[in-house]
Amino acid sequence: MRTLTADEVEAGAELPELSVELTPTVVVSAALATMDLTPVHHDTERARAQGSKDIFLNILTTMGLVQRYVTDWAGPEAVIKGIDVRLGVPAYAGDRLTFTGTVVSREGGRVTVEVRGKVSLGSHAGGTVTLTLPPAG
Amino acid sequence: MTEAELRELAGKQAALGEVRGAPGPDPVNAPMIRHWLAAMGDTNPAYLDKGLAPPAMAQVWTMQAPRQGRSPVDDPMAALDGAGYTGVVATNCEQTYHRYARVGERLTPATRFTDLAGPKQTALGVGYFATWNVTWYGDGDEPVAEMLFRVLKFRPRQGAGEERPPYPLQPAVNQDTAFFWEGAKSGELRIQTCADCGRLRHPPGPLCTRCRSSHLTYTVASGHGTLYSYVVHHHPPVPGRETPFVVGVVELPEGVRVVGNVVGCPPGEVEIGMALRVAYRPMDDRLVLPMWIPEEP
Repeated sequence: MRTLTADEVEAGAELPELSVELTPTVVVSAALATMDLTPVHHDTERARAQGSKDIFLNILTTMGLVQRYVTDWAGPEAVIKGIDVRLGVPAYAGDRLTFTGTVVSREGGRVTVEVRGKVSLGSHAGGTVTLTLPPAG
Repeated sequence: MTEAELRELAGKQAALGEVRGAPGPDPVNAPMIRHWLAAMGDTNPAYLDKGLAPPAMAQVWTMQAPRQGRSPVDDPMAALDGAGYTGVVATNCEQTYHRYARVGERLTPATRFTDLAGPKQTALGVGYFATWNVTWYGDGDEPVAEMLFRVLKFRPRQGAGEERPPYPLQPAVNQDTAFFWEGAKSGELRIQTCADCGRLRHPPGPLCTRCRSSHLTYTVASGHGTLYSYVVHHHPPVPGRETPFVVGVVELPEGVRVVGNVVGCPPGEVEIGMALRVAYRPMDDRLVLPMWIPEEP
């Protein structure tokens, strides 16, 4: 795994798309890995009783997937400085969460990426990720 | 709670400043990091190689921390629930990472209530945006990560197709009484009848009080009656009811007496012997109560 250097990234560059199939296993295992035991993230009956279509991703997982999306592209030496997300529609089990991203700016080694995470119902999470990349050479 | 009172409470909570919670139950550790990376499908080797936690895990370390006193967020949330803003949806999560947490250190969260904005008209209904900030401190007492979190607390719309909240006083429906409540739903006043000797009885029970038969059926009453006795209930308050209300004992021409509310006229005009007829009142989406209204002259 190689890390992008600052000079390799310019505003306007597109990140490769990442599509995550939200199987019940993904939703449940991520909820538990983030220590979120709220029933709507692992118990289908309870989720439906509260008016949801099915179990859905918890916010800690959404944040984790946004982080992963950017580091998958940037490489292991990239350092994430911040993630700002506007939360939208729920990401239900059985749906697919697809991330797209665009570099909006770079100042020295500091890069800002706009990330969009969409599901079939619309925007699940959208926002910006700020990171630093090592210099060339 | 009024708008002004909500605003005052929000101001008071914000003035508390940063309130420390209990430290995370476990220090930052490799097994939880490995588990998290696997669940996210994240193959980045940097974290475990360097003994660092993925930054987006910040909140994970304190998710199951024991509750220690009240968070400054608790009271505004409870007050909004009490004022009818019972719906909740998160709208913003903004995290800033000062550095990556290190394996072996224990994080401690501190929470500040920052803002309450509203009431505002939103797509989900009228609501308030509540914002708070959490800072996670490392062992060295310097901040490791910060988060701004915003939720919309909204008053759910009572749209068509939405369920009404259940009426708080539900009858105990069992094998012996189900026929009566089913009847009320279909607009019939059903009186238990012995299938052997024909005796009518109300309230229903498992055996005939005259011949002890357990073969029971029912008769559909005419729905007319006269008021045998009544009380006007003023106090104490009854959930789901406005006082005063009238509880009557209605004598049916079929030969039994039935307890039910007398409605459709002021309590002062209710009198013993008045002619009544049954009326079926839906109390929620499932329960229908037979009540009694004055017979038109």
